[in-house]
Amino acid sequence: MTKPISLLAAILTTVISTFAQPVKIKGSDTMLPLMQLEIEAFLKKNPGELNVTGGGSGVGITSLLDGSVDMAMASRELKLSEKLKFDEKGIKLNVLSIANDALSIIVNPQNPIKQLTREQLEDIFSGKITNWKDVGGDDMKIVVYTRESSSGTYEFMKDHVMNKKEFVKTAISSSATAAIVYAVSQTKGAIGYVGIAYVEPVVKAVSVSYDGGQKYIAPTFNNAFNKVYPITRPLFLLYPVEKEKNVKPFVDFVLSVYGQKLVTHKGYIPLK
Amino acid sequence: MTFQKVKEKLIESIIYCSGTFTTLLVIFIIVFLFKEGSGLFNKKPVEEGYALAVNRFNRVSKLTPAQIKGIIEGDITNWSQVGGNYDSIYTFNLSDVESKFTQEELGDEFEHLNEKIAEYIESNTGVFAFFPEKYLDSSLTQIEVDKITLSSMLKGKEWYPTANPAAQLGVLPIILGSLWVTFGAILLALPLGLIVAIYLAEICGDNLKNIIKSVIELLAGIPSVVYGFFGLVIIVPLVQQTFNLPVGETALSGSILLALISLPTIISLSEDAISSTPQDLKNASLALGANKLQTIFRVSLPYASSGIISASILGVGRAFGETMAVLMVTGNAAIIPSGFFEPVRTITATIAAELGEAASGSIHYEALFILGAILFVFTFCINLIAEFFSHK
Repeated sequence: MTKPISLLAAILTTVISTFAQPVKIKGSDTMLPLMQLEIEAFLKKNPGELNVTGGGSGVGITSLLDGSVDMAMASRELKLSEKLKFDEKGIKLNVLSIANDALSIIVNPQNPIKQLTREQLEDIFSGKITNWKDVGGDDMKIVVYTRESSSGTYEFMKDHVMNKKEFVKTAISSSATAAIVYAVSQTKGAIGYVGIAYVEPVVKAVSVSYDGGQKYIAPTFNNAFNKVYPITRPLFLLYPVEKEKNVKPFVDFVLSVYGQKLVTHKGYIPLK
Repeated sequence: MTFQKVKEKLIESIIYCSGTFTTLLVIFIIVFLFKEGSGLFNKKPVEEGYALAVNRFNRVSKLTPAQIKGIIEGDITNWSQVGGNYDSIYTFNLSDVESKFTQEELGDEFEHLNEKIAEYIESNTGVFAFFPEKYLDSSLTQIEVDKITLSSMLKGKEWYPTANPAAQLGVLPIILGSLWVTFGAILLALPLGLIVAIYLAEICGDNLKNIIKSVIELLAGIPSVVYGFFGLVIIVPLVQQTFNLPVGETALSGSILLALISLPTIISLSEDAISSTPQDLKNASLALGANKLQTIFRVSLPYASSGIISASILGVGRAFGETMAVLMVTGNAAIIPSGFFEPVRTITATIAAELGEAASGSIHYEALFILGAILFVFTFCINLIAEFFSHK
């Protein structure tokens, strides 16, 4: 009696495993274009199915916690409260850095400002400085653009540029990075922050100084690769240890020489 | 004969069941909304797992979330500003530990961490420490933060739900933002909608009326994301250039877009109301020597007034609950609106933009459900008023 049942179970498992569930990835908008490219290249050589969606690092981490995705992309490190939540649920995470990103401060091309210090950025984004003439520019109101709080870039900006201060209340917040680039290109007094891969000729990336104005460094590929540019950050993939089997081939692909070449191709900074 | 009876009974019970099911579903959704949000009111607005501590000689034992934010951001630098002794404030948190103690002092596996933190807090009178609970000894003087109440939320003017360590959950600017954008939309849509409705019902011929009506119905069928995109690319730059503003993502852009979205509701419902004026009444008016325009304003409109009012109130409801379009054009800055040329953040946009990241059960998540409940109360009242007028 038990034999047919176990046989049936065996058949069922094979059937199920051939119709394997697609690997679902979610999170950072900053990493989305890169991951789309990596997946496309990966699927050319390997069988399987991978889905990737954006929404922000916070969204990805929350989904990973709910178990609705297999892997999260994050452009910031886990917050303590999130670590505690994973602990509570008994989920062990693997956290891998797959590339680096230079956070670029962008302004409208018509704005004569070329460089800003960290202190000036802090004051601009937290609302202490509201006119461009106070940082050596034209007499023009500063319009601050920010991401929604679900964004890892938002958190990174707060922790590493703004000295943990909150963004000014009047900051215009957008739920997508591309929308910020569009808005900054349209608005003369605008300032915003985006990952280096999103910087396009319609906006201007300013040089930044972290030593009080002695040396200004432009967010270029070389400066970021040599770690000279001060606002560089690692980009992470996170997955539960038990999902390792499903995602390992893809993760290995991203870390391979070819995968890292794609990182460069898309405008991000490779690990090596 | 019996078959007929069974069939009738069957249909009757299907209708009965569907009715009950829908009613129960609606009640379930409402209960869910309030239940998910209500957990918020027993919590403290401090990030989960964190505690705040001060030196034992500090007289301050209680702080508001706004004061905590002030301290962290360096706007409040002395304890005397929050009712304590004259002593400057140092903040102390996990990222300062490495610069204050050597690895030897902390031990290889951080086994002395708690001790060292306690020692530091007790030896500095001005310290303001925030640490995960497990690193703080229970002997330390902890700062109390008031529990969240509905009135503190409704009166609060700052919305920083992810601020660390204390979230600020003031929903006043968000509620006012929603009301303000809706008010602007109705100011634009009501006169225009009414004029079109009068034209359709009383003035234009049947052929033209059919064409215009189907176009308006088409307007109602456009998804709101498409409206939002249209607004972002056309209306926002237009508003910015026309009024020479530093930025085009303003309450006005939102109002214009919402006016467009609520127009079909207002037009088709008012047109129905005006058309329902009995021909006899109009004939009587004309027979008394009134001209066409006088008949419209003195007979048709008063007759249809309750229908027109309920149409406009339903239009308000449509605008108030709209999400995607306003999310894309109003700029979403949580400030109390003081004019139409400033960005605003609406209730719906806040929920849509933030719910994805909020971990279920967290303060942020529950605060968003409270916002949802507030939205529900508003739309429910709007519908009640519309109902009241349409039965008048």
